[in-house]
Amino acid sequence: MSPDFLYAVEVLLNGLMAGVMYSLVALGFVLIFKASGVFNYAQGVMALFAALTLVGIMNGQVPFSHLINAVFGTSVHEFGWHVPALGAIALTAVVMVIFAFLVEKLILKYLIGQEPIILFMATIGLAYFMEGFGDLMWGADIKALDVGLPKGGSIWIEENTAWLAAEGSRFFGFFIDKLDVSATLVAVVLVIALTLFSQYTATGRALRAVADDHQAALSVGISLRAIWVITWSIAGFVALVAGIMWGSKSGVQFSLAFIALKALPVLMLGGFTSIPGAIVGGLIIGMGEKLFEFFVGPLIGGATENWFAYVLALIFLVFRPQGLFGERIIERV
Amino acid sequence: MSSYVTPDGRTIGDVLLEVKNITLRFGGVEAIKNISFDVREGEIRAIIGPNGAGKSSMLNVINGFYHPQEGEIWFHGKKRRAMKPSQIARQGIARTFQNIALFKGMNTLDNIMTGCFTHMHTSLIEQAIWWGRAEREEYRYREKVEHIIDFLEIQAIRKTPVGALPYGLQKRVELARALAAEPKLLLLDEPMAGMNVEEKEDMCRFVLDVNAEFGTTIVLIEHDMGVVMDISDRVVVLDYGRKIGDGVPDEVRSNQEVIDAYLGVPHD
Repeated sequence: MSPDFLYAVEVLLNGLMAGVMYSLVALGFVLIFKASGVFNYAQGVMALFAALTLVGIMNGQVPFSHLINAVFGTSVHEFGWHVPALGAIALTAVVMVIFAFLVEKLILKYLIGQEPIILFMATIGLAYFMEGFGDLMWGADIKALDVGLPKGGSIWIEENTAWLAAEGSRFFGFFIDKLDVSATLVAVVLVIALTLFSQYTATGRALRAVADDHQAALSVGISLRAIWVITWSIAGFVALVAGIMWGSKSGVQFSLAFIALKALPVLMLGGFTSIPGAIVGGLIIGMGEKLFEFFVGPLIGGATENWFAYVLALIFLVFRPQGLFGERIIERV
Repeated sequence: MSSYVTPDGRTIGDVLLEVKNITLRFGGVEAIKNISFDVREGEIRAIIGPNGAGKSSMLNVINGFYHPQEGEIWFHGKKRRAMKPSQIARQGIARTFQNIALFKGMNTLDNIMTGCFTHMHTSLIEQAIWWGRAEREEYRYREKVEHIIDFLEIQAIRKTPVGALPYGLQKRVELARALAAEPKLLLLDEPMAGMNVEEKEDMCRFVLDVNAEFGTTIVLIEHDMGVVMDISDRVVVLDYGRKIGDGVPDEVRSNQEVIDAYLGVPHD
């Protein structure tokens, strides 16, 4: 096979795996949107906050150390211990559950029955609050996150694919980052687990019930507020997974919050209410923008990755406003 | 009046639910004006009245969607405090809706399984890992739900998404979901509205069977006078939010105020 073709395949594979990362963020949006009709603008910041907390716990950082030092004139920064990755992930998950409780208690509770736009505005407020809160709690510097996931190009894949092109050509096997492979595996496991949970457990059915019809859910004894806490906890957990993957890849930094924006075109493509949609949408966007950059980028001066996803989403909005897998919007007249 | 046995052999017990002097206002509009009545254990109690009489509002008050400004509700001989609908459901009050409120995205079986929600007690973590207790609980209620499915003769549509079902069957699935909660008190909001004669007969039979077999107390709203007079033990008649009649079907039928409300009064 010609090296050019194989390079294109490599770009495609890498695009698919970049797409998985988008899907992970989009997944969190879909979960909350389905259950409560809220477009949670804070999902990206939740991923950032989860990653910050994880790094902080692993490194034994003292939370609010700047504040404490400023107020008491002390100079504490670290506890001096290191928590193993798994333990720290479990603790961070607990923090995200507490966060879900607080969101319900302090915000959602007061907004029951309000217009979606008001809830949306509330989540924008929440996003900026959390960004500041994360900064205050853990500091604003870029931190490396290493939970022990394999990193770097896989030599095994490279060696075992080198034969695809003739010997002596410019092709030396596919370059695939092991981190991307783990992210893909984690995403697959996560989606399967979420699907099984929602299909085959009483709470899963309750989640779907609330997503479908609030009144009917109440009438069979489902408490909306309890379900919202559960939904936000699950979304927090998904944010944690996304935070771990993005953080491992590019360090834990505040620009992580902007990856949330990339989830928007993913959702427009896949549909705001569909979990498979979030996955497929992420894959299409990831693959599409890498291939576009590879083929068309050089002709128009590059940097197409900044806008390709949005243009693709726009085209989809025109022809299929509900997204690939979203529910048809039919208004009864 | 203590418990007695009806001519067809059912036992009617003590008062299960009593609404006392209920007044419900929306802004300046009084939807329900100072209404009182009781429902006895094992009874089929109908609420009738012209459109806008406050019948559905009354059901919504009983199941907690609306909170009346005045009056008390007594359930099981105890005064009920203000509660959320989900808490009231947990006390054993289930209902169906006038405009079917099923979970459209789910199949028949899952819809009915949600009805068991109040009885399932395993924790979220146990369910998440499908651990012993959660698994056994799931199977136990699945068996119960299958029994209800047989009872209401909807075996053929067990796995069909309910959105795709014809209207009459949707109504039946909704009844099944309410029954899955094993309610003490079942509220049916126009269970036969929009049905053809055959479907109505089926539904009548199911309502009577539910009452006879499970001993469920039923409050139902219905427009079809034939149906109401046939199946109910006692009837409350509402008109413009007021109660204008209350009694066994024969009493109500001969009540002049009821006749006027339904047929209109000549103006002269």
